[in-house]
Amino acid sequence: MDYKTVLTTCAYCGCGCGLYLEVLDGQAIGTIPSKTNPINEGKLCVKGWNIHEFVQHPKRLTKPLIRKNGTLTESSWDEALDYTASRLKEIKEAHGSDSIAFLASAKVTNEENYIIMKFARAAVGTNNVDHCARL
Amino acid sequence: MYHAIKERVTELLSTGEVKGFLALKKDNGHIKPHLYVSPDEIDQLSIGDGETAGDARYPLTKILTMLLQNHSGEPFGILARGCDQRALRALAAWNQISLEQVVVIGVACSEELARACNCGLPYPDEWLEGEQIEPKDPRPVEWEAKSPLQRLDLWRAEFEKCIKCYGCRNICPMCFCKECSLESEDVVTKGEIPPDLPMFHLVRALHMIGRCVDCGLCEEACPASIPLRALYKKVNDIVETRFQFRAGIEQTEQSPLHKIAEPPAAI
Repeated sequence: MDYKTVLTTCAYCGCGCGLYLEVLDGQAIGTIPSKTNPINEGKLCVKGWNIHEFVQHPKRLTKPLIRKNGTLTESSWDEALDYTASRLKEIKEAHGSDSIAFLASAKVTNEENYIIMKFARAAVGTNNVDHCARL
Repeated sequence: MYHAIKERVTELLSTGEVKGFLALKKDNGHIKPHLYVSPDEIDQLSIGDGETAGDARYPLTKILTMLLQNHSGEPFGILARGCDQRALRALAAWNQISLEQVVVIGVACSEELARACNCGLPYPDEWLEGEQIEPKDPRPVEWEAKSPLQRLDLWRAEFEKCIKCYGCRNICPMCFCKECSLESEDVVTKGEIPPDLPMFHLVRALHMIGRCVDCGLCEEACPASIPLRALYKKVNDIVETRFQFRAGIEQTEQSPLHKIAEPPAAI
């Protein structure tokens, strides 16, 4: 029997609510809002209250998918990156930089979001950058 | 601080009298609910001496219910304030936990906490630390003096603030149902905010009959500051007047809803 409460930050939007994931025998089973966090003071929205559900969800992607003949197919990282790079180049050459947009994520780190922003502006040449918390 | 509690918990864990002890822990500058399984980390045990009174309370009894249901037969200990003890009794009365498996160490709330919670019973039957603070008369509810129509308007204005986070239900030690009416599409329309007025809040209020131990965790968890305690208190005042019953006060007494009885005399 192993029960832990693990302090973390909600990944659903930019607010940054503090919460504890309840972990029982290695499984994330619940969420408790942190009362001492100055952002949310013991409160959460409905998404935050259920954030433990996605952590170990069986439908979570673990490999890159490429749509082949209309079907999403698991692929290697090498294949996915090569395909993405070549298609981005083709699209940029054919339709211009602003025909491409980048959607970043609230579920990754600041640094990773910085990299995708830099890639969009410096490598592709577009300001079309947004993030999942506004979807 | 709190040497007597720390010593007793150390003893319980060293002798194996309990498999784990639920209390609060000071960790990373925060106060969190924690299951102590060895005496090694007992120095970090906290009574919740954070900056505000609300920091002192987490739904420990709700965690205990989950632990007992997942690891049945194993004995656990828990640090209990007055509200926690009422919740333990009410949970036992509703057959959610067996108190034989639970070692309770009591702590009486500080005056600051008791006043901040507007608590009617800020101490358990027995406690190792803290002092007995006598409850003051509860703060008057501003609605009481108003007419029924004015009250309806005020409650509607409160309910309209609801963002339907389900925090009141999620934090509640007495919300143990496997299926929740508040998720039934017959009662609550999916994907709409605010939720159906006043159905959502009144359904929950009805379900608090004979259950609510007035711990106030729901109100502390409400992002919209809806005065939920006043609502559940009102419902249970009626139960007390009619059936002389308050959840969690007597050791194992079941709620009036458990009994088939003569209907009460007309109001």
